[in-house]
Amino acid sequence: MNFNSIKSIYKFEMARALRTIMQSILAPVVSTCLYFIVFGAAIGSKISELDGISYGAFIIPGLMMLSVMTTSVNYAAFGIYLPKYTGSIYEVMSAPISAFEVIIGYVGAAATKSILISFLILLTATAFVSFDIRHPIWMLVLLIMTGSTFSLFGFIIGLWASNWERLQLIPLIVITPLVFLGGSFYSTSMLPGFWQTITKLNPIFYIINGFRWSFFGTSDVPIGVSIFFMAAFLLLCIAVVSIIFRTGYKIRN
Amino acid sequence: MNSIGFIEHILFQCRVSGFLKYMISIQNISKVYDQNLKALEEISLEIEPGEIFALLGPNGAGKTTLISSICGLTRQTSGLIKVSGFDTLEDYKKTRSLIGLVPQEFPLENYESVIETVKFTRGLFGKSSNPSYIEKVLKSLRLWEKRSTPIIALSGGMKRRVLIAKALSHEPEILFLDEPTSGVDVQLRKEMWDLIIELKKRGVTVILTTHYIKEAEMIADRVGILNRGRLLLVEEKKELIKKFGKKTISVELKEKLHSIPEKIAEEKVYLSEDRHSIFFEVSNTKNKMSLSDTIKMIAETGLSINDINTTESSLEDIFLEIIAEEEMR
Ligand SMILES: Nc1ncnc2c1ncn2[C@@H]1O[C@H](COP(=O)(O)OP(=O)(O)OP(=O)(O)O)[C@@H](O)[C@H]1O
Ligand SMILES: [Mg+2]
Repeated sequence: MNFNSIKSIYKFEMARALRTIMQSILAPVVSTCLYFIVFGAAIGSKISELDGISYGAFIIPGLMMLSVMTTSVNYAAFGIYLPKYTGSIYEVMSAPISAFEVIIGYVGAAATKSILISFLILLTATAFVSFDIRHPIWMLVLLIMTGSTFSLFGFIIGLWASNWERLQLIPLIVITPLVFLGGSFYSTSMLPGFWQTITKLNPIFYIINGFRWSFFGTSDVPIGVSIFFMAAFLLLCIAVVSIIFRTGYKIRN
Repeated sequence: MNSIGFIEHILFQCRVSGFLKYMISIQNISKVYDQNLKALEEISLEIEPGEIFALLGPNGAGKTTLISSICGLTRQTSGLIKVSGFDTLEDYKKTRSLIGLVPQEFPLENYESVIETVKFTRGLFGKSSNPSYIEKVLKSLRLWEKRSTPIIALSGGMKRRVLIAKALSHEPEILFLDEPTSGVDVQLRKEMWDLIIELKKRGVTVILTTHYIKEAEMIADRVGILNRGRLLLVEEKKELIKKFGKKTISVELKEKLHSIPEKIAEEKVYLSEDRHSIFFEVSNTKNKMSLSDTIKMIAETGLSINDINTTESSLEDIFLEIIAEEEMR
């Protein structure tokens, strides 16, 4: 294992976020505040409790997941796409580093950034509602698993994308809708029967619910199911990545 | 010491003691791009440790493709490449850590600072940080004052130097320079040549491509000419000039001539346009006509000499001739 190389990529990618530190911090804080004003205060005042939890607290895990999933994908996709776009990827390709090490560097940095941002959201939320986290260890485990898996997924998108439009496409038409419709802001029990069934076809629904369980100890699905979906998606991404690297897809011609 | 470590140790010893003859050994490599475009055809080439090798060839000859195959940017369709005795595909970690590459384009990220991007490369190539070495490299390339400047604010010549600094950042034993002096002013060009010669003194093997043949003439030990994916010849620069070079003796006369006098009318004798001079083309190897022979011949014709000049053909002339000959076939 070539730790210096991995460290170099990791640090470089972290520095990219530091260069725009204000934006990196401000964006999640502002959007969290907006969510709390709109959903928590305006709508939440009409919905007093969901599964015995105040609506304001109910949406916190949803917000964190929404953020971790979308920022992981974006950071990782952008992180590998940009060097491809500028051509500076030549360095990574001519360096004594394996594909596996490259992935650890890029995916690790993207996951770290998105997890830090989700903590920022958690911190901001404390200003609006009070809540306890029932299973903090599980929360952390699920957060890290989600961050890594979605970063890996973003990495694949960044490798696959051959222009800026494609880079935006998958996050926009797949990730965002699935996350919004995956019960970030509502409990399935609020939906009519048909939509409940539809929601249960959405893998992200299980991940968000598992995460909510780590906060409140209750959820629409058992935690085991949630972990199962998470692991399945992780394995799928690993499989795709290893196929990509075996065939040298799109990078090495 | 485990067995791999042991083998490495032996190889290292071989290299130091000169047993490992070639730094780079290319055996029959071909590269076919999409649409059956043959960028390289059956290239074989050996490069010795510590030499400066210049790869010449017109646009699209395959120079960059050849370099890319050695560095791992692209994979050859067939054939074998060994760097310091290691296969570039199987032992890519070992071969790549020995190589520094200065690419032809400017593939840099705009908002990165000079020093950060150089440090990044060093780390990427597996070396632990060494601020004093980085400082030395940046100073030698006159980039130290610019170390905190973002790339976007640099001139083209400075960017070229940043790329060189990156390539040198991990102390490579082999340096590839793909057209290092294109778009570089005269002074900087001279500085780069000095740098390359300095690297050679330190034992670094340098392979460069260039369109500027004067460059090869100035610094290369050996020259390879590539055209349409084929290596036409590989020769010591001095040998090449000796073999293919021509000397032209031009004799300026007092009087104007109508034609070349019969006595000296040979195959390689020409009359100048103003009919005031006669050119004697003397090949370096073939007819060994000397300057005194020439003067004697002219004296015999009774013509009076005003001035005599000799010029030797440059590598550029030789290059153009070899490419033209190839194109004729
Ligand atoms: N990625 C690629 N895909 C397809 N064809 C390519 C690719 N890269 C190079 N070629 C083709 O391979 C041939 C050799 O290109 P190469 O860049 O190696 O030439 P070169 O000698 O470096 O030329 P130049 O002096 O212009 O830099 C050209 O015909 C080029 O069009
Ligand atoms: Mg080229």
